[in-house]
Amino acid sequence: MNLTYFPGCTLYTKAKAFDEAAKRAGERLGFTLEEMPYWTCCGATFPLAEDYDMALASPTRVLARARKASDKLVTLCAVCHNVLKRTNHVMQTNPERRAKVTDFIDEDYAGDLAVLHYLEVLRDEVGFDALAEKVARALEGLKVAPFYGCLLLRPKAEMQMDDPDRPRIFEDLLTALGAEPVDYPMKSECCGAFQVVHSDAMATRCSREIIGSARARGADLVVTACPLCQFNLDDRQAEMAKADKGFRGVPVLYFTELLAVALGEGLDLLSAERHAVDPVPVLQALGDEAA
Amino acid sequence: MRVRIETEQIGNDRIRKIEEVAAQSVYRCYQCGKCSAACPATPEMDMLPNQVIRYLQLGLEERVLEANTPWICASCLQCRAVCPKGVDLARIMEAVRMLQLRKGRNEIRLQDLPPEYLKRVPQILLISASRKFVPLS
Repeated sequence: MNLTYFPGCTLYTKAKAFDEAAKRAGERLGFTLEEMPYWTCCGATFPLAEDYDMALASPTRVLARARKASDKLVTLCAVCHNVLKRTNHVMQTNPERRAKVTDFIDEDYAGDLAVLHYLEVLRDEVGFDALAEKVARALEGLKVAPFYGCLLLRPKAEMQMDDPDRPRIFEDLLTALGAEPVDYPMKSECCGAFQVVHSDAMATRCSREIIGSARARGADLVVTACPLCQFNLDDRQAEMAKADKGFRGVPVLYFTELLAVALGEGLDLLSAERHAVDPVPVLQALGDEAA
Repeated sequence: MRVRIETEQIGNDRIRKIEEVAAQSVYRCYQCGKCSAACPATPEMDMLPNQVIRYLQLGLEERVLEANTPWICASCLQCRAVCPKGVDLARIMEAVRMLQLRKGRNEIRLQDLPPEYLKRVPQILLISASRKFVPLS
């Protein structure tokens, strides 16, 4: 099965392991991520101003070009996913704005592309039961806190992936991998996002509350689908340690890194990523059964 | 004594513009405060999210323009998720930011970030921040 795929800027640069692990895991599960032709930046934020049509040009161009290759587009970065899915919703529900934007970018697009997150491919196309059978290195005894953050599930009516109040897609994936998902109240809070370059205090505090909550429930690892969350939750831990002598760090991984390791990829895969808190010791304890 | 308050009297063009850009009516809000309870960023804000709407309802948009609250908002949509009246407060925050960015307000100078820090941060962070904080003109 070949799936048309939009990587986005960060997966080409600072989050290479997120991308590489997703591709390798896909091959082991029977699908190939095929990069869509001529992609551009998604715009990085969905424009919340109703009159800002210009900001829809870039994501609409991505959707229109992807539609020429397929009727489905798979995304991985939670930011890109949110922007593309919400833009698609505008294209599907607001003919006037669609006409204006598609005229401007000189592309035809009828809103008839399905934007899917990689997690949805695992759940709906592969199936978590079938995935469980492919696990080569079960994550037995590993307590993993899934971090949804703000972009993956909200707004519910537009994202349509899972219930933002009681999500389970990450939990079900982690269970299929043999890990124990950690239930904690901060799983869909905000990490501070881009505020880290504006209000560092806000981003550090938000990240500290999330990490503290996951730790308090016994998490050995945190997993996320967002490069912003991964950066804030991981990078801010140095600041957290300075402020609190008793602070114990917790590694923050992209979910595809953990998935690929569970499917049998070697731990060297993780070295492509900058992890401020090293995840290798926790995973080495599982034993090396790379196949 | 019966007092009748018309939105035409207490509102003004700037507030109507905010409502237009946000595609939201500030008068839907009945001040239950759930948005402020759900907001993860209130410790760094100098005005609570529900107060932002209240000042706009009362025609006191100057107070909102002086507050740091719209600039601390990260558009995480917790407020929208809990609002019993269906108000998308994140859109109102965006409209307040946008109208100032369009007049040239510059909330951040990305070029002042230390080079070693820039090497660490993901691209998407810088692009998001420039979309939220850098003037459009």
